[in-house]
Amino acid sequence: MAMGLFAFILYATWATFQNSHYYAAPYLSPFYSPCVSANCTYQTAPLVGSWWKVSPALAVVWIPLGFRTSCYYFRRVYYRSFWLSPPACAVADARPRYSGESRLPLILNNVHRYFFYLAFALAIVDSWDAVAAFDFSGHFGIGLGSLIMLTDAVLLWSYTLGCHSCRHLVGGRLKLLSAHRIRYRLWKGSSVLNRHHGLFGWTSLGWVGFTDLYVRLVSTGVITDPRWVLH
Amino acid sequence: MRSADTGTQTVRLRIWRGDSQAGRFVEYSVPFNDGEVVLDVVHRVQATLAPDLAVRWNCKAGKCGSCSAEIDGRPRLMCMTRMSLFDRDSPLTIAPLKTFPAERDLVTDVGFNYAVAGRVPPLAPRQTEPGEHHRIWDADIERVQEFHRCIECFLCQDVCHVLRDHESNKNKFVGPRHLVRLAELEMHPIDTADRRATARHDLGISYCNITRCCTEVCPAGIAITDNAIIPMKERVADRFFDPLRLLAAKLRSRPDSGPAK
Ligand code: FES
Ligand code: FES
Repeated sequence: MAMGLFAFILYATWATFQNSHYYAAPYLSPFYSPCVSANCTYQTAPLVGSWWKVSPALAVVWIPLGFRTSCYYFRRVYYRSFWLSPPACAVADARPRYSGESRLPLILNNVHRYFFYLAFALAIVDSWDAVAAFDFSGHFGIGLGSLIMLTDAVLLWSYTLGCHSCRHLVGGRLKLLSAHRIRYRLWKGSSVLNRHHGLFGWTSLGWVGFTDLYVRLVSTGVITDPRWVLH
Repeated sequence: MRSADTGTQTVRLRIWRGDSQAGRFVEYSVPFNDGEVVLDVVHRVQATLAPDLAVRWNCKAGKCGSCSAEIDGRPRLMCMTRMSLFDRDSPLTIAPLKTFPAERDLVTDVGFNYAVAGRVPPLAPRQTEPGEHHRIWDADIERVQEFHRCIECFLCQDVCHVLRDHESNKNKFVGPRHLVRLAELEMHPIDTADRRATARHDLGISYCNITRCCTEVCPAGIAITDNAIIPMKERVADRFFDPLRLLAAKLRSRPDSGPAK
């Protein structure tokens, strides 16, 4: 687990700072989406001016980073693997003192719900990218990349909607669920996804990296994207 | 080791023997049959080799929560752990729960759990009109029912590193079993109390770092972390760590009085 996380962090950092080959029409790498600065190869929305000189990925990458760092599932992963608190069940903590999440900085993990709001917005943008991945200069088509982008969006939604904060906000916080039929259904749905939250956490993480890699390889011409376009 | 004609096998057990002062592991060799559980074998040691061996048990059906021990380093119920799980020649280690003071052999003093149980404020039922009965809908009670399965074996309390590895935390943190109780009351459809401040200040919910060992060892299969502790952490966040909600509560010029009633 620790190795998987470490490998992803290395790749993601490298890809974030590349600032090139993140767009291969019509595919936009999820690391660079939404692309909002003037120096974007492909701009989603012109929100940031030309004063932004560094990689456009840096304008958005903090959202998924904060979301996953404060995620209740990934907290478990790094508390166990990196903090060694505990290294494994019934194996002694590495440090003699322990205050859990009751003090700074770990108490900050309580802001998770705000990252959920942002991640929800990001999932909408990613879905838009997935739809756009079927648009080949005005013609409908399906490329291998379109399917990869679509899978990416589905996995991201499965991860985001199963978030514990989401489950709480849509209905979990209510004392009487029976008085709110719709919120009860939403809570039920979120609970189903929540049961597999760790699985979606890992698969969506891996797939985001893979999607970026695919776009990068197509963009650099290392591989050609097999596609079928309706004319 | 299996003898071909009888189907009986022999197992070497390393059982902790001692009292509150000192103790050590003593090795015993006893036969066991297919289908037996660890408690059967411990009883055989008691019947044939060590009549003074202290072991606590009652139902032998995973319902009373008395026979908790650490088997090969993992907290388990002895009566629900089949011998066939340990298919090997090295000895099987059986130790008392580490988190609680040893009393004698496999028996520990779990009094801590009863002492802190009272810190969770009890059910505060909504007042009924004369002649009115509480009506409870499935949608409201189903999530609470999972928590009723708790048999108070205290395996979760034992494995929780907050208590297990940090003796000094025992006055700050009540442990997973009592957070399950907290969730059970807080989510109860006829309850009216708000225990969020208690959860944070008296029960120490923020000491839990959700590493889920309690869930892994729970013999009743309760999703302790995901269904009890994390939802309670979110409720505590509603009350203390959500700036927008705090602002809204300020504007209404009274403290946020809890989830919608
Ligand atoms: S994203 Fe994992 S708990 Fe919110
Ligand atoms: S003897 Fe009752 S749970 Fe094991």
